[in-house]
Amino acid sequence: MNFITSYCRIKNGAVTVDGNLVFSNRSGVEAFATALYHHINVDYPKFYKMDNLSKVGFLAAELILEKHELGDPYSRAVILSNSAASLDTDVRYQQASAKAPSPAMFVYTLANIVAGEICIRHKIKGESNFFVCPEYDPDFLSSYIRARLAERITMCVTGWVEVLDETADVFLYVVTNRQKGLALEHTSQNLKDLSLKHG
Amino acid sequence: MDKLMTDLKHQIIEALNLKHLKPEDIADDQPLFVQGLGLDSIDALELIVLLQQKYGIKITDPQEGPKIFKSVKTMAEYIQSHQKA
Repeated sequence: MNFITSYCRIKNGAVTVDGNLVFSNRSGVEAFATALYHHINVDYPKFYKMDNLSKVGFLAAELILEKHELGDPYSRAVILSNSAASLDTDVRYQQASAKAPSPAMFVYTLANIVAGEICIRHKIKGESNFFVCPEYDPDFLSSYIRARLAERITMCVTGWVEVLDETADVFLYVVTNRQKGLALEHTSQNLKDLSLKHG
Repeated sequence: MDKLMTDLKHQIIEALNLKHLKPEDIADDQPLFVQGLGLDSIDALELIVLLQQKYGIKITDPQEGPKIFKSVKTMAEYIQSHQKA
């Protein structure tokens, strides 16, 4: 059996961790992310270089991993999903390229970079994967995560990280093979309930 | 030269999104890469674009990069010696 040990929901400018509202700010995504970064008092200068998708994914991961003992780096995984991939940054890059293309912005024109940023920050060296789906699909994700946890992976940061048109929609959670934290059974029904509860 | 170095510091902070830094935090001869400001290879590309956009200087020999981008001072010296009068 696997367990959801912690989760973070970001929607409509509200940040909820394990059911508790920890931050609220109705600014656009970039201003919202910068305010949240200062609010949780992180010191990670590379944050400023990230695109908005990576920023909100990074911050959500900070909030749910801060108290976790992560174990063997090769047994940790990040499996994410969204529907717009990196479209938000793709559009910005296309617009900016009319003047001069920015190599730093180009780096973020791939959705899986947000997974990479979380891996770098938390020394996650196991599987890193990103699925583009029409909508959050707890049946598919939970089934995939269960398969990973049946093998070498013991801890997985997973869920939905979407940024498009100045809107961030994040549901990120930790699944482990140990009964700790929230210790909520990792089922697609529990994931549906949690995502809708703060949605 | 002093004004050019100050301008460069502002431009580097803007172009590389080093929002945690102020121009006065960057010493004229402080290494920009690795042990200095800790810039990476993508930042190097941004600096090449910066030279081209702001100063009209195109670096044609990649081997020159490490010398030019050693510090703000070496960048300013390179700009001064390569800008059209």
